[in-house]
Amino acid sequence: MTISREDVLRVAELAHLELTPEEIELYRGQLDEILTYISKLQQLDVTNVEPMTQISFDTAEPAASSSPSPREPESDLREDSLRPCHIADAVLEQAPDAAKPFFRVPKVIER
Amino acid sequence: MSAATAWTVASIQAALRAKKVSAREIATEFYATIDRRNPDINAYLTLSRERAFAQADRVDVATACGEKLGPLAGVPIAVKDVISTLGVRTTCGSKILETYLPPYDATAVARLEKAGAVILGKTNCDEFAMGSSNENSAYGPVRNPVAMDRVPGGSSGGSAAAVAAGLAVAALGTDTGGSIRQPGACCGVPAMMPTYGRVSRYGLIAFASSLDRIGPFATNVADTAAIMSVMAGHDENDATSSAASAPDYVSEIEQSVTGLRIGVPEEYFGEGIDSQLKEKVLAGIALLEKLGCRRVSLKMPHTEYAIATYYIIATAEASSNLARYDGVRYGLRVPGATLIDMYRKTREHGFGAEVKRRLMLGTYVLSTGYYDAYYLRAQKVRALIAHDFTEAFQKVDAIVTPTTPTPAFKLGEKTSDPLQMYLADIYTVTGSLAGIPGISVPCGMTKEKLPIGMQILGPHFSESRVLQLARAFEKAGGFVI
Repeated sequence: MTISREDVLRVAELAHLELTPEEIELYRGQLDEILTYISKLQQLDVTNVEPMTQISFDTAEPAASSSPSPREPESDLREDSLRPCHIADAVLEQAPDAAKPFFRVPKVIER
Repeated sequence: MSAATAWTVASIQAALRAKKVSAREIATEFYATIDRRNPDINAYLTLSRERAFAQADRVDVATACGEKLGPLAGVPIAVKDVISTLGVRTTCGSKILETYLPPYDATAVARLEKAGAVILGKTNCDEFAMGSSNENSAYGPVRNPVAMDRVPGGSSGGSAAAVAAGLAVAALGTDTGGSIRQPGACCGVPAMMPTYGRVSRYGLIAFASSLDRIGPFATNVADTAAIMSVMAGHDENDATSSAASAPDYVSEIEQSVTGLRIGVPEEYFGEGIDSQLKEKVLAGIALLEKLGCRRVSLKMPHTEYAIATYYIIATAEASSNLARYDGVRYGLRVPGATLIDMYRKTREHGFGAEVKRRLMLGTYVLSTGYYDAYYLRAQKVRALIAHDFTEAFQKVDAIVTPTTPTPAFKLGEKTSDPLQMYLADIYTVTGSLAGIPGISVPCGMTKEKLPIGMQILGPHFSESRVLQLARAFEKAGGFVI
């Protein structure tokens, strides 16, 4: 694995990070080392292996003493209905720059 | 020179009911200890005295009126600073949230308080829970109260240290790749990671959503069970929380462990493990055998791929979760000429070195041309690792391993080598990836008087069984073996 300076700059741009020249060099070396290590996964044959994308285990084996009933897939989704929510002011209070009811940011539209 | 408190959940309940002490007096006692020792240990970042005393007074009024007390009435608890607390500063150990006051409480915190617990304050941690030594906090490292020149482990280092030093009766931590169990082992206290979905994560500030879990640190197994009983159970505010009803762990922990089959995977005792640690954990397993458990040797062939898998999945998820820190809605804003310029400057100044490193790695593995080679492949290997556990639990009721390959290392020892730091989680990331519950319990000390942790892992939703084994081990003297 060889990570170039250009790779680091490309990734920093995607991640919205403005790195210093020292950080660019530091991360280039460290990412190189880490990616070399994680490339050990290439040794494994993963043909016909389904990726693990769902991390919910309610239908897995029951516990030792108390057996929870398997999840009804739909049952724990709450009804999709409007409910009062009065936290807007509290939320805006945490904003670095708010003009209620908005967050204020640098101009994004030129005209 | 550890000095964990002699107070327990049970002794506080008894003392309050007998009117030997008030909740206010207990809280006062803990704040006095914190004022004395925290400047050296740096376990707490923020103290919530006002809220704590108001809660203590509520408990005392309830006691005076003869009302029924909650199961954690008057119990002083510390909360890791990645868990939201209404109006109490929550920094995630980061400069980017230095002044952030959450507008709501995490469900776990709300449930503890409803049960009468007194939240003393917020504990130090690696920035956004990324680290294994607590040295990645923007607010300085935590010192291990058992050996002050050593790390307390991480990322929940402040919570582990607070309990080990008697600065709280119990504490909440979060575990993504070992961040509860590893500091528990390093500081010599029981530390539990529940099954994925067992404890609501509403109000937990996300790091890696397919892995993050909230769990307790305590000084003993009964207290661990008491806190689990209060926190576990469905929460409509967390779609990933399990609908399955949670048992009362406290009433189940004394059940016999005779006849349980204990799996010992050879991959956890091979190259890289400290010899003293190996010896003690094997002695711990022998003790469990003496208690009537049957030892079964196991092979878990994908163990060696766990760290690589974890660092792809966790950093990928983090790169997405931490995109929200952009200077718009909360936290730090560094002004810029354009919106993008503001994002980039804010993130560059707000995040520390390890967070940036992981955001870079996570962004890289998800980027065009690399997704299949890294992220998709890691998800497949994650399935293989989870399958190792499924297979193992056909043959055994629980798996016992060391929690860490070495005892707590010295402050500064691994800070310049991120990969070596990642390997500190080698025995804990597997359970994280598989979504199963686990506990680290003390298992004696090295000759240098450094705590050793033994990990007990069980199938999904087997918290009761894991706690039973931990309790039997504790009762038989395993903690000081």
